[in-house]
Amino acid sequence: MGGNVRRYLPFLLAVVAAAALPAVVRSGYALHLAAAIGINTIVVLGLNLLMGYAGQVSLGQAAFVGVGAYTSAILGSHLGLSPWIGLAAGAALGALMAGAVGVPLLKLRGHYLAMGTLGLGMIAHIAMVQWEGLTGGTIGIGGIPALSVGGFSFHGDLRMYYLVAAFVLLALLMASNIIDSRVGRALRAVHGSEVAAEVSGVDTARYKLQVFILSGGLAGLAGSLYAHHTGYVNCDSFGFAYSIQLVVMVVLGGMASIWGAVLGAGAVTLIAENLRAFQEFSTVIFGAVLVLVMVFLPAGLWRGITEMAQRLGLSGGRRRSGEA
Amino acid sequence: MMPDASQLLQYIVSGLTLGSIYGMIALGFTLIHNATGIVNFAQGEFVTLGALIAISGSEAGLPMPLAVLGAVAAVTLVGAALERTAIRPARNSSVITLIIITIGASILLRGVAMWLWAPDPLPMRHFTGETPIRIGDVSVLPQHLWIIGIVLVTMTALRLLAEKTQVGKAMRACAMNREAAQLMGIPVERMVCLSFALSGALGGLAGAIIAPLAMGQYNMGIMLGLKGFAGAILGGMGNPLGAVLGGTLLGVLESLGAGLSPPGWSGYKDAIAFAVMLVVLLAKPTGLLGRRAR
Repeated sequence: MGGNVRRYLPFLLAVVAAAALPAVVRSGYALHLAAAIGINTIVVLGLNLLMGYAGQVSLGQAAFVGVGAYTSAILGSHLGLSPWIGLAAGAALGALMAGAVGVPLLKLRGHYLAMGTLGLGMIAHIAMVQWEGLTGGTIGIGGIPALSVGGFSFHGDLRMYYLVAAFVLLALLMASNIIDSRVGRALRAVHGSEVAAEVSGVDTARYKLQVFILSGGLAGLAGSLYAHHTGYVNCDSFGFAYSIQLVVMVVLGGMASIWGAVLGAGAVTLIAENLRAFQEFSTVIFGAVLVLVMVFLPAGLWRGITEMAQRLGLSGGRRRSGEA
Repeated sequence: MMPDASQLLQYIVSGLTLGSIYGMIALGFTLIHNATGIVNFAQGEFVTLGALIAISGSEAGLPMPLAVLGAVAAVTLVGAALERTAIRPARNSSVITLIIITIGASILLRGVAMWLWAPDPLPMRHFTGETPIRIGDVSVLPQHLWIIGIVLVTMTALRLLAEKTQVGKAMRACAMNREAAQLMGIPVERMVCLSFALSGALGGLAGAIIAPLAMGQYNMGIMLGLKGFAGAILGGMGNPLGAVLGGTLLGVLESLGAGLSPPGWSGYKDAIAFAVMLVVLLAKPTGLLGRRAR
């Protein structure tokens, strides 16, 4: 029982913090940003499992987010189906697409998945721009209905924020459970040494594929949430730059750490948003910050903060390898 | 509508021009990949800087050869500086961390390019006028010939450098086996720095000679860099000759694809390079020539 309390304490704290946030920030714009951070966090959690535990990189994750968003947009706006169907279909199509690419590419070693997803992401984005009959091209698709339960609509920044927060919490719990499960142990073995893991009877290709499909599904789900949140999607949101931004969120926050995913998504979303005022300089500053953090904190912000906390004696000194 | 032979030749000539640019970028990727194992995402920004610096040089009244050489020299320094300031301090980090550092550097350099030059595309004078030269049924801009010629000379020179000189042999030794090279007394770290400098030179040159045809813009390097990367994979990642051939082939395929596609589909021409890359990865991941060394 004591172990359980310890295990779920961080989640409890996260719930309290997330619930209290609207009382602190108040403005609709800040809640809108918080929802955006939450949506990015869902994508980054999947990508973090893939990169941090399965040791594979996806440079095309934006494509899966885009698939989810367009699925919701087309089903909800054009076909008038329930947003919940769009949400389920968005997640399912993201997972399906990941499976279709992952089956052939994950049999290869090294960074082939990264190269393959890079190609897939580029092609998917070009299709989003060009295939105007389906995606609306640069004009996009508007009028996407908000999610609702019974007569209660998740419309507006506050309601949407709480809905996204709930999804983020579910995703966090799921990721944490996966990490502590048999699959998680197998993945850590794969990351440590694929050959050794295989010799010990771990079906490495299957586990890697499962995580990749999961990451595609989470990305699709996040895309759907995004579509129902903003009510409008267009191709500009799902290009190579966003794929890169997602990878940056994972690494900046810290690989192999679910709280790092939250931190990375938050930091990058906020930096990108706040630097807009600096115009041309914003790109320079963002690039410089990224290089500096990677050079001085190669394990990411989360590890950097926890290590600092430990050094200051704030943490109980409890650290299991692979968790944190 | 079937294109006639002269039209096909026309597409092939422009494809070879573009492809030789991709080939140079692909070679830049390969040099750094072989020396360090990382994929340098700032490769495209080397091209951007080469183009923009050459444009400024020629605008300032420098003779064209000086403007081009000045751009090459400047980007060579940028490449070496990137290695010294960002890669070397983190050399003990994982490959993915190093790749993210190059991504950060690419964002930084793009920002600098946008800040120092306007965000709008800038034109550049062609090296020797814009009067097309007719060769049989095909008309070619002099700039096309300049590009193909300069790339051929550069590649031959690099080939000689790699095979005949001590430095070239040392670099190849590092690509084959870093530890063994180090044990043989080869200064591996200096070779890594050299590979970044050379990649910078190649990217800078590619940018400076394509600028008259493509114009210079702060974000031009993103697509060029990624296509060069696709060319490197098509040729066989890690194989320098394969990189050049893969890039060239990709340029020709893209030009033919854009020229022969039905009306309304030409917007998909940018997808050709990535579709080819995916097919190669799925069908023959070692590329056309396979990996050499290692």
